[in-house]
Amino acid sequence: MLWALTALLAFQLAGEALVAWLQLPAPGPVVGMALLFIALIIRGGAPKALAETSRGLLNHLSLMFVPAGVGVTLHLTVLADSGAVIGVALLVSTLAAIAVTGLAMTWAMRLTKRKGSQE
Amino acid sequence: MSDFTEIWVYLSSSPLLHLTLTLIAYQIGDWAYKRSGGLAILNPVLLAVAMLVAVLLITDTDYGTYFEGAKFVHFLLGPATVALAIPLYNQLEQVKRSLPALLSSLALGSATGTLAAVGIAWALGAGPSVIASIAPKSVTVAIAMGVSAEIGGLPSLTAMLVLLTGITGAMLGPALLHLLYVRDSRAKGLALGAASHGIGTARAVQIDETAGAFSGIAMGLNGLLTAAILPLIWRWLF
Repeated sequence: MLWALTALLAFQLAGEALVAWLQLPAPGPVVGMALLFIALIIRGGAPKALAETSRGLLNHLSLMFVPAGVGVTLHLTVLADSGAVIGVALLVSTLAAIAVTGLAMTWAMRLTKRKGSQE
Repeated sequence: MSDFTEIWVYLSSSPLLHLTLTLIAYQIGDWAYKRSGGLAILNPVLLAVAMLVAVLLITDTDYGTYFEGAKFVHFLLGPATVALAIPLYNQLEQVKRSLPALLSSLALGSATGTLAAVGIAWALGAGPSVIASIAPKSVTVAIAMGVSAEIGGLPSLTAMLVLLTGITGAMLGPALLHLLYVRDSRAKGLALGAASHGIGTARAVQIDETAGAFSGIAMGLNGLLTAAILPLIWRWLF
């Protein structure tokens, strides 16, 4: 458990270092995820302790967005001014993005599957 | 009463109080969500944020003081993002097999979300800085803030819009996908991650590992895509 957490932090640290060094546009943790992904491919799988610790963390991923979410209090005045416009734009665009991505993926997979079975 | 106020003031000076409150609020939210059988409006993040905002307003606590305690939870976002590599690796074969479908659907969905947000905000008369702040709202918060600054938005406003987008997608996305007869976990995960980044991914992880993995990929790729393309388009348009 302790070394698994250390490993995750080490990959994040490597990601942050790489971002600072190469001036990458991506955040450090996302680069750290890519590095760990490459390491898993080279190693051919995750050690059991790392897999368990990661599952434990990911089960509570929602919790980790709460502190940033409370930051809404910083923008209560902007929300009062243009809250309706922002609300409509966010709601409609988010639902549109989900619908288009979900339907496109369903159809595209059906298409490639049919093509695959013909060949 | 004055005793209570004194004790509260004393406890407020230590990070322990707001850290504990954050954990309690989330667990109440999670309990209510599960108890209701997964009612979308009782999204645990939304409930926890609402409860904590109410506590901060009632006790007249500023966000900085709250964050002194909550930052310990916030910090875990980093290692948790790194940990997404594991479901991604476990689903590698599935991902490889559907890569062309995945990339084209993601590009289409990402463009739809951005265009709809910018178009609606513009049509309803939002100012240029608000429009620029809305444009990158579907990607993970660190990337979104960077893009927002680059195209003339307000990064801290973008951070809030990113969170609201995430909560909206996590709350309504699964029901919408069900309504549209999207049954495949890969498609569900991809849609949640593409539209609602990490909060959508946190929701997708609860569906199953496949949905979680595809959501993680969608979040990562959409972040890179938006960071690379949006500033270029913006410069070309304005």
